[in-house]
Amino acid sequence: MLEIKDLHVSIEDKKIIKGLNLSINKGEVHALMGPNGSGKSTLSYVLSGKDKYEIEDGKIEYNGKNLLDLDVDERANEGLFLAFQYPMEIPGVQTSFFLKTAINSKRKYLGQSEMDALEFAKLMKSKAEELNISTDMLKRDLNVNYSGGEKKKQEILQMSMLSPKMAILDETDSGLDIDALRIVSEGVNKLRNKENSFLVITHYQRLLNYIKPDFVHIIADGKIVKSGDYSLALELEEKGYEEISQSA
Amino acid sequence: MAATEQTIKQVNTLGNDDYKYGFSTEVDEIRPPKGLNEDIIKFISAQKEEPEWMLDWRLNAFKVFNKLPKPQWAKLNIPEIDYQDCYYYSIPKSLKDKPKSLDEIDPEIIKTYEKLGIPLKEQKMLSGIAVDAVFDSVSVATTYKKQLSDLGIVFCSISEAVKTHPDLVKKYLGSVIPVSDHSFAALNSAVFTDGSFIYIPEGVRCPVELSTYFRINAMNTGQFERTLIIADKNSYVSYLEGCTAPMRDENQLHAANVELVALDNAEIKYSTVQNWYPGDKEGKGGIYNFVTKRGACRGKNSKISWTQVETGSAITWKYPSCILQGDNSKGEFYSVAITNNMQQADTGTKMIHIGKNTSSKIISKGISAGKANNTYRGLVNILPKAKNARNFTQCDSLLVGNKCGAHTVPYIESSNSDSMVEHEATTSKINEDQLFYCQQRGLNSEDAVGLIVNGFCKEVLQHLPMEFAVEAQKLVAISLEGSVG
Repeated sequence: MLEIKDLHVSIEDKKIIKGLNLSINKGEVHALMGPNGSGKSTLSYVLSGKDKYEIEDGKIEYNGKNLLDLDVDERANEGLFLAFQYPMEIPGVQTSFFLKTAINSKRKYLGQSEMDALEFAKLMKSKAEELNISTDMLKRDLNVNYSGGEKKKQEILQMSMLSPKMAILDETDSGLDIDALRIVSEGVNKLRNKENSFLVITHYQRLLNYIKPDFVHIIADGKIVKSGDYSLALELEEKGYEEISQSA
Repeated sequence: MAATEQTIKQVNTLGNDDYKYGFSTEVDEIRPPKGLNEDIIKFISAQKEEPEWMLDWRLNAFKVFNKLPKPQWAKLNIPEIDYQDCYYYSIPKSLKDKPKSLDEIDPEIIKTYEKLGIPLKEQKMLSGIAVDAVFDSVSVATTYKKQLSDLGIVFCSISEAVKTHPDLVKKYLGSVIPVSDHSFAALNSAVFTDGSFIYIPEGVRCPVELSTYFRINAMNTGQFERTLIIADKNSYVSYLEGCTAPMRDENQLHAANVELVALDNAEIKYSTVQNWYPGDKEGKGGIYNFVTKRGACRGKNSKISWTQVETGSAITWKYPSCILQGDNSKGEFYSVAITNNMQQADTGTKMIHIGKNTSSKIISKGISAGKANNTYRGLVNILPKAKNARNFTQCDSLLVGNKCGAHTVPYIESSNSDSMVEHEATTSKINEDQLFYCQQRGLNSEDAVGLIVNGFCKEVLQHLPMEFAVEAQKLVAISLEGSVG
């Protein structure tokens, strides 16, 4: 699904990612953990194609394509989804309208006709109910005056409606209370299947109690210093980043 | 309605150039020689078979025009206009002997309006909108006439009203915009060619949206539209206006005067979607849109609401205003002005509070892209007798790119201590993180800009009648094409 080889990235001449390798297969959930400033969010932006990041070296292959050749919207329409750490507010644009526009952009890209209004309404209603999102919220402007938890739920709603092949969750757990964390995690778990993959970026082991990863990677100073299975997350929780990175 | 949906769809298929309305129509035209003088005015008046009082009124306006300097207050770079190098009257030959029915109109002209999505055939008039279409200098057809006249509503071209309702025209023409107001107003009064006339009798609520579609076709022709709308006591009317012009390398002049009069408890809602040819990317060609629009809330509890979406024209100079004379009267101005490439716009409103308890609301959204300049200029004037007057103004500017400009010039004059005036203004740049967010959800960069800008304009667009709102949203996106990337 996703193959990152010897990736080097800088922003404004500052090196952030320094030789990162990561391989994610179909059906796998990978967790990427690391302290602040280790390059976690940078990786999510590079994968989704945000500009201002200088790719100095390395290759990223996504579904047999050179990911770095694709525009932001092409990557999205090829099934790569980023759940933002800080979802953007778009005043004046109703949440449901935004969802519909996103879905139809993808369908257009794939050469399909627009989803008809009824089908869309049904899909949105069922997905929103799963995430405990009120229909009232869907009528409000996208992310405007949403609480932190509502914004994150909204990201997961978008994700479940777009059903991506490769989803990156960038600190989705930050700012969530325990109930919201459970709902969001259940939403993600429902989407898991043999065909799609997840990269879950987080500071804390807590989220991984709900979304059980197949692999855990620890990133420090721009590269992955240790990889393992779920037990690595537990070990990390016990020992802290410093000890783990040093022993690596 | 389907027709306005079609407008966009149909014009989108008309060639690859950026301006989607830029086709011209091959019809024979009758035109007097270029130039502005008394003889031309007499010619226009004679062509229209006007009564003598109308000709005298025009000639007087021409004398006034010759004495007035060009208005200078706007932050616009207006090249010197050679009034002598312009045609003042152009009429398709086939319309010379006034068509009695739509069957007699040149099929080429009908086709033009079909391309624009404006259905003129009566059998297509199921959409609930009565249309008066102006092609260069003359009104082509007014649909729905019979149904409206049964209610006593007069909806016809102003040329016709001069003949059929001379008393109303004499009483109200020039009563809101005096001939001597400024030179463009005087010029229009001297040479106005056509436009709409509407009279809503006492107690009547006009059941359909009334609409005019203006189109400049002939080369080097000015279009001098004159519209007069009178809403008698306890009446209501909603009026829509749309404009396009073919692409031409030279500039064309459009100097319109629009007067609205609302009597006791009457309400007029006036909506404009202006999409005149803006010129090319280097600023060559395009319409000079010098428009004077003014409404008088003469009666108590009357209300006038202007909504405009200004996306076209090389230069827009336009200040739809309200004179709030009657006690408790209300004025509203909702505006979206978009300038891209080399376009210039200086637009806003004047709210003149005269009566007691009068209130006004101004919501202006200016969007600037390319190398364009966009100015909001507004006056809120509260006179001594306007006890307890209220105004709320909100001016938001959005910049796309870093070569464009947004300017806000609000004037507030209050001569009354009971009044309350609020003003809010913001200027922001289109947020790259918002764009990235939309693109990450699969929208291409142009759709993303269209979506964000439409959100920015929503407060204004929602005041447009439903059918127009859809068209306007698409226009907003189209006019910003190529502004990012």
